[in-house]
Amino acid sequence: MSPATALKSPANAASGDTASNGIAIDCKGVTKHYGSGSSRVTALRGIDLDVRFGELMMLVGPSGCGKTTLISVIAGILDRDEGQCKVFGVDFNTMSAGQKTSFRGANVGFVFQAFNLLPTLTAEENAAIPLMILGESRGSAIKRSRDMLARVGLGDRGRSLPSQLSGGQQQRVAIARALVHNPRLIVCDEPTSALDHETGHKVMELMREIAVGPDRTLVIVTHDARIFEFADRIAKLDDGMVQSISNGKNVTSNAAK
Amino acid sequence: MIRVALQMLVGDRLKYLGLIVGIAFASLLISQQASILVGLAHQTGSFVRDTSHADLWVMDSEVRFSQDSLSLSDNTLLRVRGIEGVQWAVPLYQGFLKAKLPDGTRMTAIVIGLDDATLIGGPPEMVQGSLADLRQDKAVIVDYNALESKFMMKRSGGRPIRVGDNLSINDQDARLVGTYRASQSFFWEPVIYTTYSRALQYAPRERKLMTYVMVKLKPDADVAKVAASIEAATGLKARTNDEFIALTRDYILKETGILINFGLAVGLGFIVGTLIAGQMLYNFTLDNLRHYGALKAMGAGNGTLVIMNLIQALTVGVLGYGIGLGLGSLLGQLVASAGLAFRMPWQVPVLCGVAILIICLIASALSITRVLKLEPAIVFKGG
Repeated sequence: MSPATALKSPANAASGDTASNGIAIDCKGVTKHYGSGSSRVTALRGIDLDVRFGELMMLVGPSGCGKTTLISVIAGILDRDEGQCKVFGVDFNTMSAGQKTSFRGANVGFVFQAFNLLPTLTAEENAAIPLMILGESRGSAIKRSRDMLARVGLGDRGRSLPSQLSGGQQQRVAIARALVHNPRLIVCDEPTSALDHETGHKVMELMREIAVGPDRTLVIVTHDARIFEFADRIAKLDDGMVQSISNGKNVTSNAAK
Repeated sequence: MIRVALQMLVGDRLKYLGLIVGIAFASLLISQQASILVGLAHQTGSFVRDTSHADLWVMDSEVRFSQDSLSLSDNTLLRVRGIEGVQWAVPLYQGFLKAKLPDGTRMTAIVIGLDDATLIGGPPEMVQGSLADLRQDKAVIVDYNALESKFMMKRSGGRPIRVGDNLSINDQDARLVGTYRASQSFFWEPVIYTTYSRALQYAPRERKLMTYVMVKLKPDADVAKVAASIEAATGLKARTNDEFIALTRDYILKETGILINFGLAVGLGFIVGTLIAGQMLYNFTLDNLRHYGALKAMGAGNGTLVIMNLIQALTVGVLGYGIGLGLGSLLGQLVASAGLAFRMPWQVPVLCGVAILIICLIASALSITRVLKLEPAIVFKGG
């Protein structure tokens, strides 16, 4: 059994020491440096953070505070230098590159700031990509992606190219792509920053409605204070450290500054 | 993911077409230049190929190619006829002589003298008259295809010579009694056939005038053994048709610089193709780096991305190769119909295909290296 399939199983995940406590992500003392010598920059300085199953956690803070680095470490696309970070009870730093790639493919969904939809693929083809990466046949993957597009309200736009869709619709396609393979962790990088307020609000409502669930965890990096209300908890980062963790409803727009 | 790779490629129309055009250009250049080289090499053997009645050519040991007219003594013919395994042997004269058309147009022509009795060694196909007409007084025949060019009477309004016209060879009278059709020759000089004895009359006085002895073997004779026997008995060189063709081809390719020139052209096509395809494919990859990063983040392994990149390179490679080869063949037909050297045996498309494959692999190697080094974290750097 590959690491990806093994870890995909809730039973296996629940057996982990963090997962069994309802903790999906458990970071302790995570440190990350970029560069070396005199040009060495420390992006994360001993971050302690946990995210529970069923929780929508937002990472906020000023530019350069380390939130993108932290979400990259959590998503398994960047190696930390020190500390420990377990996702569903598994430590990425103990995995080979291939195992990490397989794990991400099976367990992580991504929503990017710039959508990152392939411009030459239709909406349904874009949304089907994670399934095709996992080896599912094109026909089956497209069928499932159509169903997912219908869930995000784009059932009639599956054949459209990204250039034929509005920004909000493109982000919905990106959300469908992030959810189509039913991952347990969804990481979003500034999902509303390219959208107007109303569209951003609708996208977040959609995320809340269909992405949040008892077996799934969402981590969103954002500057957009208008969407803080959708968070269960908000971790404010500054200078590579977690300054505070608070309930989403109680955080003002100042938190992002 | 292969279809995704192809859709990524085809979707960027400008780069897609640019890549195909770049590789098609390389394919065209490589296939066309290689075919012209093969055509020229083939033409060097046209005289021997058209004169293939004999099994062996006996020549001076220092002869380097078929038009290298080094003379043999007359008794060579008798000595060769006496060697075991030889069915018959006839003399052949070949020399560069001065010729003058009826209107006074002068030229240097290759005069070939055929055995008077048998006329063995004559051209493969007669167009006007017959080969036996050479037995008429002062009779010569010329290449039909050269009438409009090499045998054009420029001093009298541009009329080609006709059967019945009188011309002179080394200031001695000759009369055109027919025309023949032969393979296109590498050598520019017009060719005039006559009988052996008349050719000796036209030729300047020399002690030795015979150029070749053409030898036919008995049905059960071993060609290698007879050739060795002739060489041992006469101290001359005896070569089969294929060996003589190869001797001529190799000498001309080496000594004239044709091989180097066309080799450079083929090499240039390869380099230009590699640079164009490499740069455009690399730019295509750079333009799609964020997408590759996203795919990597979403779980696409390096193997998948390498295959996607190779598929893209090979797709434009196959299309560019086909278009270039097709254009090369088309241009080849055009130049061949104009009498220029062009020959595309199966080895040329294979060579061209291998070259294009290498171009695609080199070009995609740059892109693959970039993709393999790509950190998927790039997708979280805004945009």
